[in-house]
Amino acid sequence: MTRIEEKHPLAIRWLHWVSFPLLSLMIWSGLLIYWANDVYRVGLDGITLFHFFPDWFYNGLGIPQRLAEGMALHFFFMWLFVANGVAYVLYLALSGEWRKVLPDRHSFRDAALVTLHELHLRKEAPPQGLYNGAQRIAYTGVIVMATGSAITGLAIYKPAQLSWLTGLLGGYPMARWEHFWLMAGFVGFFVVHIAQVIRAGWDNFRSMVAGYSLVRGGEARHE
Amino acid sequence: MNSLPNTEREAALRTRRAFLTMGVGAAVGYGGWSWLRSRPEEGDVEWPLRRVLRGNETIAEAYFKDSHRSPEFGPSQVTAPRQNGEIGLGADFEPDRWVLSVHGFDSTPTVQVTMARIRELPRVEQITQLNCIEGWTTVVRWAGARFADFTAKYAPRFHDARYVGMQTPDRAYFVGLDSASALHPQTLLCYEMNGADLTSEHGAPLRLVIPVKYGVKNIKRIGTIIYTNERPEDYWANQGYDWYAGL
Repeated sequence: MTRIEEKHPLAIRWLHWVSFPLLSLMIWSGLLIYWANDVYRVGLDGITLFHFFPDWFYNGLGIPQRLAEGMALHFFFMWLFVANGVAYVLYLALSGEWRKVLPDRHSFRDAALVTLHELHLRKEAPPQGLYNGAQRIAYTGVIVMATGSAITGLAIYKPAQLSWLTGLLGGYPMARWEHFWLMAGFVGFFVVHIAQVIRAGWDNFRSMVAGYSLVRGGEARHE
Repeated sequence: MNSLPNTEREAALRTRRAFLTMGVGAAVGYGGWSWLRSRPEEGDVEWPLRRVLRGNETIAEAYFKDSHRSPEFGPSQVTAPRQNGEIGLGADFEPDRWVLSVHGFDSTPTVQVTMARIRELPRVEQITQLNCIEGWTTVVRWAGARFADFTAKYAPRFHDARYVGMQTPDRAYFVGLDSASALHPQTLLCYEMNGADLTSEHGAPLRLVIPVKYGVKNIKRIGTIIYTNERPEDYWANQGYDWYAGL
């Protein structure tokens, strides 16, 4: 017996898909800005393991010498990015959908079990609702990260008018560093998210477009 | 019970409709992006982007207050000085013959102010950040006269001008400022840096220190100050940067 099961409300689907180009534009215009003072690296003392970013990366993406353009785009799309994020959080809060997304007291244990399961170290996945524990943590995590990006962004955008905020974040250079690493966190989330969506398959992908899942007899798998 | 085909037909219909709608949404988004990037430019940036920069400026101006100050630091937090920007600092300049020209929107003649008169104004020392628009920051110990004190003494009738423009003596570099930022208590006509007279590369004999703006507005080697009600031209704003550039 096959039946249609509603999975993602229309608002969630639209806000989800709109966030993708907006976040991409914010990251790309942010890189146009970052290029002008590309001081971050991973390493120990004098030894640099990786410099953000090597020339091949900049040249491949056409990033050099576009600071003014990057700032104009960043301070244009920031409004749309924040508006989309606020709409998403408001929708989650008012519709009650937050109950399916926010981690609960089982989520951290579940997340560990899910991870073991996905690494084929454990046979069974723990029972779940719309999202498993790892997903709840990840999807709530990106909301927290987006909020952090907006706050650290504001702190480096107006470090004089909002000097109290910049100060709380550890000062201008520290706030800029935090803003950068939140961006890197989004890129990391994106890579894992795409991999998991590919693994989960067509029904799951379609549910984020068309809203429903086709359930054949047993249970649907959710990503 | 023959519900299977119905369910699958309904599902297929919903899927088709949803993907079509998303496709239209994506096309609208792409169209909007293409439209945005093909608009005529104002000051080297597409006009819708320029308009949003102006909108951001309006919000920032509404929030701006003299009591919102750029952070100040202790003497031990001063960092190694950094030098950036040589436009307007050409070699054909005689510091000994320098005077500051001041004029405004009425027909009163230009006022010439010598360095000695500027040093007579109350000397203010402050340790503040210079935030370069490129994203780096230095902490510098500056000394000079408040621009507000200077205006009160040498240009009181222009106190209500909406804007202040400043130019290097050769007019190669020029900045435009809203007067609220120019008259902010941390805005200095500066003649000392880190305990010594300004060097030529840092803008001797007189430069602007305006910590509520990006470094690009901290013009070196000021030659002329103009009080005006028309938005003054700005070197970097002509090249795609935000005119306001406020922090």
